[in-house]
Amino acid sequence: MTTLETRLRRDRGRKLLMPYLTGGVTPDWTDHLRAIADAGADAIEVGIPFSDPTLDGVTIQEASDVALARGATTDGVLADLSRNRVEVPVVVSTYANLALRRGAGRFCRSLAEAGVQGLIVPDLPLEEAGATSVAARAANVDLALLASPATPTHRLREIAERSRGFVYAVSLMGITGEREHLAASAAALARRLRGVTDRPVFLGFGISTPAQAAAAARDADGVIVGAALMRRLLDGADPASTAGFVRSLRTALDGVPARTTADAGG
Amino acid sequence: MEALALRGPTAAPVAGRFGRHGGRFVPEPLIPACEEVEAAFAEAWADPGFRGDLAWLLSRYAGRPTPLTPAVRLSAELGVTVLLKREDLAHTGSHKINNVLGQALLARRMGKRRLIAETGAGMHGVATATAGALLGLPVTVFMGERDVERQAHNVFRMRLLGAQVVPVRSGSRTLKDATSEAMRHWVSATEDAYYCVGSVIGPHPYPWLVRELQAVIGQEARHQCAEQLSAGTPDQVVACVGGGSNAAGTFAGFVDTPARLVGVEAAGGAGAALGEVGVLHGFQSLFLQDEQGQIREARSVAAGLDYPGVGPEHAHLRDLGRAEYVTATDEEALAAAVRLARAEGIVPAIESAHALAWVVRAAGTTDLPTGSSVLVTLSGRGDKDIATLTTYLGDEEAR
Repeated sequence: MTTLETRLRRDRGRKLLMPYLTGGVTPDWTDHLRAIADAGADAIEVGIPFSDPTLDGVTIQEASDVALARGATTDGVLADLSRNRVEVPVVVSTYANLALRRGAGRFCRSLAEAGVQGLIVPDLPLEEAGATSVAARAANVDLALLASPATPTHRLREIAERSRGFVYAVSLMGITGEREHLAASAAALARRLRGVTDRPVFLGFGISTPAQAAAAARDADGVIVGAALMRRLLDGADPASTAGFVRSLRTALDGVPARTTADAGG
Repeated sequence: MEALALRGPTAAPVAGRFGRHGGRFVPEPLIPACEEVEAAFAEAWADPGFRGDLAWLLSRYAGRPTPLTPAVRLSAELGVTVLLKREDLAHTGSHKINNVLGQALLARRMGKRRLIAETGAGMHGVATATAGALLGLPVTVFMGERDVERQAHNVFRMRLLGAQVVPVRSGSRTLKDATSEAMRHWVSATEDAYYCVGSVIGPHPYPWLVRELQAVIGQEARHQCAEQLSAGTPDQVVACVGGGSNAAGTFAGFVDTPARLVGVEAAGGAGAALGEVGVLHGFQSLFLQDEQGQIREARSVAAGLDYPGVGPEHAHLRDLGRAEYVTATDEEALAAAVRLARAEGIVPAIESAHALAWVVRAAGTTDLPTGSSVLVTLSGRGDKDIATLTTYLGDEEAR
């Protein structure tokens, strides 16, 4: 079992929380990282910004642009992570071009050297993930794969089988960004996934409020909250208020029984 | 030439790969949609009924076959035989209609209720708006804000045809960003919308599908060259390359001949000539990028060539050494457009003028020796570029 898998366990006794933060988005972004870790996160997804984030909505596009304009690079973000180790696992997310640019092997090794334990590359579906998956395993980094509401069950099974660390359940057919309501497709996808895997299932995309996080966690093992947090950062939130938002998510998740009837199927 | 030369279907490349390029680098939510398009096109393309419907539209509606015009005065000036494949005479004024009619028929066959498209210069947007009007499918076109401003004529045409034009304000506000935005929209609309990709780019099956639909250019040209040239085939085949659809369609007719294949990119958007291996918009190919892997912004006077990458089949043809990729500057392209207008009475799109610019530069050199023959695909007409050309001429005359 990898480190990430020992930390992100379905039977951890509480619903899991993975906030997302764009690397390099502010000069003090690692202070936010620390604040998030201390405010009750179980893991933190750190985005390495890409020039053309085709699966991201306006908020994370803006965060990526801001970070790139500040001079954020893969090496820079990893160096910051290396110098600012936090108590919870860090999962890096980025687009395929940044991972493949330096070769999957070198990229995954540089993640491991920076203390990163997991990797998400949304534009590497099953068919294209082979080399990166091998490289990640060799570097002891967990490559988590995405599943979507449109994914047929036989494919869900394969995704769950080949995903490491956790499975990223994309809650809706769409891009990242805040939504008024939790998508109806979220619960159904989480239940289908829990029916085919013992790995923790994280719901992400469009989970914007503590209430939505709690609702999503009724069927999933954990939630990923990105745009709602980044909107606050872009609007000037300091690390203390970032922590406040994360704590409100934590509190909401702690109100959801960790073992629900859905566990019978999972 | 009476009948249309719609050649037999060519099998889909395995896993969408052209050598090491191509593939399907899309987020999981788009995988079922790509698979659906692939299966539907493979089935339709093998169906004589579908091909018959498309051939009917191409001839009765779009004006195919387009002529092959000997550029007599230009040939005399340059000392080489220049033949122009006149895609500018196809309905809507460019080769884009070939692709769009096929994809719109496919969308209807798949039961999709509307079309989405990206556009650079607006020619693909206009063609999609046209096919949408013809088949009764609503159309949404994503277009970079910078292109909306510099190709206002085509924006008006799209709106006139009933399409909705969505200006894209992210990134460089050109074709790259319009493509990203179309993909973002597609993720949320795969049930009812068909994504009508405008070039030989995107995830599998699009680079194959669009090349198949554009191959009619090369097939016709090959027959026409056989009629018009004593040697049967031209020594060289030249086309401009943005994503590369008119070039891919042209080359498809000559890839198995001895003709030298030359793709001409904009100097500021030379993915094939100057790019490095990367992944963007669902496919692996050659892209302009920095050492970190951030995509560089292309810069060209020709909005249709303002793309930092190139279709995967072109990257593969370059790897193989079967096609060569060269560049022409804004200045060279504008000068070539004016030259063609005055020598032949044909105003080409600035995109197409890049291909001519290379011919003008190379004629009489070892690249294009005196006495040789060259086929140039004139991918579109220059009406949309009148303002740019007028400004250029004004500057020239002031000098």
